[in-house]
Amino acid sequence: MRIDGKGLIDRTKPVRFRFDGKDYAGYKGDTLASALLANDVRLVGRSFKYHRPRGVLTAGSEEPNALVEVVGPTNQTPNVRATMQEVFEGLVAQSQNRLGSLRFDLLAVNDYLAPFLSAGFYYKTFMWPRVFWEGLYEPLIRRAAGLGSLSGRHDEGTYEKAFAFCDVLVIGSGPSGLMAALTAGRAGADVILCEESHAFGGRLLSDGGVIGGVPAGEWLAQILAELEALPNVRLMLRTTVTGAYDHGTYGALERVGLHKPARPNLPRECFWRIVAKHAVLAAGALERPVAFPDNDRPGIMLASAVRTYLNRYGVSPGKRVTLFANTDQARAVARELMAAGVTVAAIIDPRPDASAVEDCPVHLGAEVVGSWGRLGLAGIQVRKGGDVLQIETDCLAMSGGWNPTLHLTCHMNGRPRWSEELAAFVPMEGAVPGLVAVGAANGSMSTYGALTTGHAAAQKIVAALGRKVQIEVPQAEDAPYAVRALWAVEGKGRAWLDFANDVTTKDVKLAAQEGFRSVEHMKRYTTQGMAPDQGKNSNVAALAVLADATGRGIAETGTTTFRPPYTPVSIAAMGAGGRAEGFAPQRFLTSDQASRDRHAPMIEAGLWYRPSYFPKPGETTWREACDREVAMVREAVGVADVSTLGKIDIQGKDAGRFLDFVYTNTFSTLPVGRVRYGLMLREDGHVLDDGTSARLGEDHYLMTTTTAAAGLVMRHLDFVHQAFCADWQVRFISVTESWAQFAVAGPKARALVQSFLEEPVDLPFMGVAPVRVGGVEGRLFRISFSGEEGYELAVPTRYGEALFRDLVARAETMGGGPYGMEALNVLRIEKGFITHAEIHGRVTAHDIGMEKMVSAKKDCIGKAAATRPGLWGPEREQLVGLKAGAPISAGAHLFVPGTEIHRETDQGYVTSVCWSPTLGAWLGLGFLKDGRARHGEKVRLVDHLRGLDVICEVCSPVFHDPEGEKLRA
Amino acid sequence: MRLTCPLCGERDRREFYYYGAEDYLRRPAEGAPLAEWDNYLHLRDNPAGVTKDLWYHEAGCAQWLVVTRNTVTHEISGVELVAERKA
Amino acid sequence: MRYSGLRVITEGLFGNRGWTPAWREPSPKAEYDVVIIGGGGHGLSTAYYLAKNHGITNVAVLEKGYLGGGNVGRNTTIVRANYFLPGNSEFYSHSLKLWEGLEAELNYNVMHSQRGLINLFHSDGQRDAFVRRGNAMINQGDDAILLDREGVREHLPYLDFGNTRFPIYGGLLHPRGGSARHDAVAWGYARGADRRGVDLIQNCEVTGIDIENGVVKGVQTTRGAIRAKKVGIVVAGRSSQVAAMAGMRLPIESHILQAFVTEGLKPVINHVVSFGMGHFYISQSDKGGLVFGGDLDFYASYAARGNLPMVEHVMEAGMTLMPMIGRAKVLRSWGGIMDMTPDGSPIIDKTHVEGLFIDCGWNYGGFKAVPASGWCMAHLMATGEPHEVARKFRLDRFATGHLLDEEGTGSQHNLH
Repeated sequence: MRIDGKGLIDRTKPVRFRFDGKDYAGYKGDTLASALLANDVRLVGRSFKYHRPRGVLTAGSEEPNALVEVVGPTNQTPNVRATMQEVFEGLVAQSQNRLGSLRFDLLAVNDYLAPFLSAGFYYKTFMWPRVFWEGLYEPLIRRAAGLGSLSGRHDEGTYEKAFAFCDVLVIGSGPSGLMAALTAGRAGADVILCEESHAFGGRLLSDGGVIGGVPAGEWLAQILAELEALPNVRLMLRTTVTGAYDHGTYGALERVGLHKPARPNLPRECFWRIVAKHAVLAAGALERPVAFPDNDRPGIMLASAVRTYLNRYGVSPGKRVTLFANTDQARAVARELMAAGVTVAAIIDPRPDASAVEDCPVHLGAEVVGSWGRLGLAGIQVRKGGDVLQIETDCLAMSGGWNPTLHLTCHMNGRPRWSEELAAFVPMEGAVPGLVAVGAANGSMSTYGALTTGHAAAQKIVAALGRKVQIEVPQAEDAPYAVRALWAVEGKGRAWLDFANDVTTKDVKLAAQEGFRSVEHMKRYTTQGMAPDQGKNSNVAALAVLADATGRGIAETGTTTFRPPYTPVSIAAMGAGGRAEGFAPQRFLTSDQASRDRHAPMIEAGLWYRPSYFPKPGETTWREACDREVAMVREAVGVADVSTLGKIDIQGKDAGRFLDFVYTNTFSTLPVGRVRYGLMLREDGHVLDDGTSARLGEDHYLMTTTTAAAGLVMRHLDFVHQAFCADWQVRFISVTESWAQFAVAGPKARALVQSFLEEPVDLPFMGVAPVRVGGVEGRLFRISFSGEEGYELAVPTRYGEALFRDLVARAETMGGGPYGMEALNVLRIEKGFITHAEIHGRVTAHDIGMEKMVSAKKDCIGKAAATRPGLWGPEREQLVGLKAGAPISAGAHLFVPGTEIHRETDQGYVTSVCWSPTLGAWLGLGFLKDGRARHGEKVRLVDHLRGLDVICEVCSPVFHDPEGEKLRA
Repeated sequence: MRLTCPLCGERDRREFYYYGAEDYLRRPAEGAPLAEWDNYLHLRDNPAGVTKDLWYHEAGCAQWLVVTRNTVTHEISGVELVAERKA
Repeated sequence: MRYSGLRVITEGLFGNRGWTPAWREPSPKAEYDVVIIGGGGHGLSTAYYLAKNHGITNVAVLEKGYLGGGNVGRNTTIVRANYFLPGNSEFYSHSLKLWEGLEAELNYNVMHSQRGLINLFHSDGQRDAFVRRGNAMINQGDDAILLDREGVREHLPYLDFGNTRFPIYGGLLHPRGGSARHDAVAWGYARGADRRGVDLIQNCEVTGIDIENGVVKGVQTTRGAIRAKKVGIVVAGRSSQVAAMAGMRLPIESHILQAFVTEGLKPVINHVVSFGMGHFYISQSDKGGLVFGGDLDFYASYAARGNLPMVEHVMEAGMTLMPMIGRAKVLRSWGGIMDMTPDGSPIIDKTHVEGLFIDCGWNYGGFKAVPASGWCMAHLMATGEPHEVARKFRLDRFATGHLLDEEGTGSQHNLH
């Protein structure tokens, strides 16, 4: 119920929202949880396994119970914490993990089957008969498991990612964080202050109190005003620091638009990568529940949560509240409730020596041992001495003490340290380099402790940054934190540790009984700590129960670790930018638009897009176009953009020597004005790449690489140069994007090329010369990847499109035209030229019949390792050509006709195939054991997947113009 | 993760390409027995602790770097250019 | 104690008080016939098959932490037999057959579920490479089906078939591929080995290997010296350190592989889906979490944790492939330490020390190999001869050039 006069909500701004089909009203500043509690809605969810009715437990992101689906206009978001979701006009939410309605969940039957569903039961059954696991049991389990639902529709929401840099990252804006930010901010340091909630202030918003003689709220407003005014301080609201990574990098999730009605281009979330020289963890502490029988009914909440709902949201979660707590601090909530006019039925304090002086009944040395109420708390049983009292109550506020929020300090494998005094784990200093924990996150539980530790940490950082500041820490509450460990209360029935995953003290004890005594085993066996709250509410208590069950202390039992993220982060936020075409860069040829203008389908070639073929009217399949383009090249002239090939400009006195070292063959002897094909090995003796290199001048070469290996080769050259011959006079740079280069091939290629040149050039095969094309300095290479007389004409990139359009137009007047990747592939297969389909990383120069290209006269990269016995000899699969009268396929395997088909009889495989319009046959390239010695043999090609079984003839891989007469014409 | 390139300063790990242990710098002489090549190409100390490995500032200055780095903590204690390394 | 549905019910009726420990907690004896260093999946299955297949039960498994605490407990639980190089094909095929009988074999529900694995391809070249692989799988006696784009859509209607950076051309379906519950595999083998008399000794770190005149004599541990006639090193993730105790330098570099799990969701992904262009693979666990991973962080590390660049890359891959998972929230990420070899394939072999054997180098394919790795390592240790399906996993194959490089990326450890 709403309490008049309390809370920081804006009562002038009512907000209507919907939950499970029913309309409610709240105020701006409410969370869904506070607004539902204000409307006396206690039942908000069902538990994971037993489908027990559940209500709000906490007031923060650690909420294990109140997970709902938020339904937007186009999609829905599962597992949203009602405690974090701010209400806005038109918000629609619904409960999840139920079969039927929230009140009548058919799967609640699981609760009655609980004795048979104890920890790890599924490892012991569902094994017989075998087919029933996948056919029956598993589908049933899967349907019952899980929490919320994805819609199955693409997430079309907008998400962003961003980088930020600062001197000091302050995580949390409670008193310690504010003090740290103020100190560093006043000193002039670049500060980022991140606050997870939708308002700054942390516990000050819930606990009130007095700081420096003024009400905490007033102090908070002053500090915030100052921080906002400082240009070197950035305040980030609704931003959770989710992970600590190496060298001062932090991940953080900002909820940019989740508190507003969806509208186009409003980002839902932004994932930040914050690089900070220093970081201050001021994330406070999380209160612990107590495991007593039936401690999971709606209405049983953390005492701090009750206090937050009262003071921050002006809501009392009950009309008749009880308190079960083991610290003096927790008493405050009872007093504040009474001051607000709410009945407090009793305070139950397990400490016999605590104060009994309150304005309500106080039971010392007492424990809550049970509760009743079907869909919400109606009363509790309290054991006091030998008696059990029944107390009617609709809200029990419980506190088992506090755990410092130290999760980030564990993200680099640091294990926290057990403090007997606090009955809690505290951060290990230095666990994350550059990160220091302050305030409650470091075990300083009082407000004054928070202020002083925040200030002191910031002062150290300021000094380390070479800055100075004088600042006075205000006076504030500084009561000692007196806690007596209270983890679990013995009693009949199940006592929940992990609310979210339905793990009870019995489960932990059973795990210990069955030998799962290591804390990791217990966690994995019971699933404790693996639910959406990541064990924030249960880890320490479960550990304590395990320690007790195995007769060890907590420190000795150890702890599981916390891994990123601190709170779950949507895939869309961390994957922002990846949608659709955003996943990788796109590289476009200068001829791209010209090709699209001709309706060429553009296909991905690495990061490039290249034309597949250029369809003509009347052509209905790619094959028709391809066959025509092949014939066009063979009979007239074709033009293809080959600019994707890597181009590396290499200069210097030792350039030739350098090429000799990276290529198997020799380039230092290449005459100026000539081009040579080169083979490059990896140092492990396998083929890295091939391509041509041209000698443009005495100390000047231009290397080309394949499209796929352009980056790889550049990296390789840099390594070889810098690691092995840094003193050689050679320098190189990638010029791939500086030149547009077009292949012109076919019997009329020379005529076409000459028509573009300002002065005719007579190039021999494998020659290169500078040319002028339309007033532009270009280069002409006489090289061929088609088997026809071929040229490649290169011009600076900015002239590429114009040249391509001109080349194609003029080619068409000669019976030629453009050709695409499909025709290019057929042409090269007919000629037996290899691509990365053949040089796939497992082949050697020997395998492709190029061992003679490995010069005996000099060392080169890969030469030595290629001599390993396993990389040599007739048992290797060697490149062959295959010819068939019926369709064949790449990926098929080769067998000796008449033998059985299985792994042991496998003779090789096919890497490339095509229908050759030139030869009127199906041609293939492949690798066959001892293949070079088997030309003329028949082999059986089997492709099970495509249902092909064809006899082929093994032959030389060069099918077309084997003597190369056309090339040299 | 951040690396400090001697030429470019502190940069994000995304700018760098990792190759492997600095063993790759000790290429056997021409004609060395195959066992030396096996050692060079494949066998590694692979320490759980401080090691030296090779990174390439691919999206930066294209320099290869020898990075002294702890494989357990990821602490980086030194970066030098391969081309200017002290033997 | 035999597990069954009936037992679950009867124990449940009596307060589950009758369950006994899954394994004993013995103190180490002074001597064993065989000591296995490493209580992960492979070590436990080796011990199990030593006892089961070879009758060698005087065996200790020494684990420095807790059983199953290494990579068997931190992986993406994919079980498949889709290799194409002879040497790998027969081994993973054998392993998959063992998986198919594992529940009955171990009397433990490891939740092996053959949900079907689909490897997507995005170009004609990739398709042909997958066809080669699929044909090799069928030649080996396993299963593979080539799906075109529409075939993929029938199975995985939620993928983005629109204008993505790498449009889906089709996929290779491996119907017998699937997933299993990772911890259960370790625990099932542990319980099975224990029941056959194997001593599973936790919190017992090996600090030295005793070798005299080239023959192994035992190990030094944090719980004292233990003599042994044979010693097996089965400590993937720490192989280099333990092998160094025997003076060995391995062809291994250790790398981090991260994996991720989301909060529980109602069933939405039935298959195991693999997206090679993004090096992204995903399945949904029986509990409802989406379990997925990507590539290595790429730098040598023993930190068992990763960094954001790869995290983000994996998420971006998920978003381009199946944007319907965008609103699922990543609950936990973790990193495993991978033994990366220069050809991406493992090692099960003798060493230069008599009686000392090694099983290592699983790269990031170790989980599915757990049954066959143990089977073959046990065979090697018991008979002194390599098992026929693991003949090519030799330690010296890098020196001789008899490589098993499925990726074709060569002798750079982190590229496999």
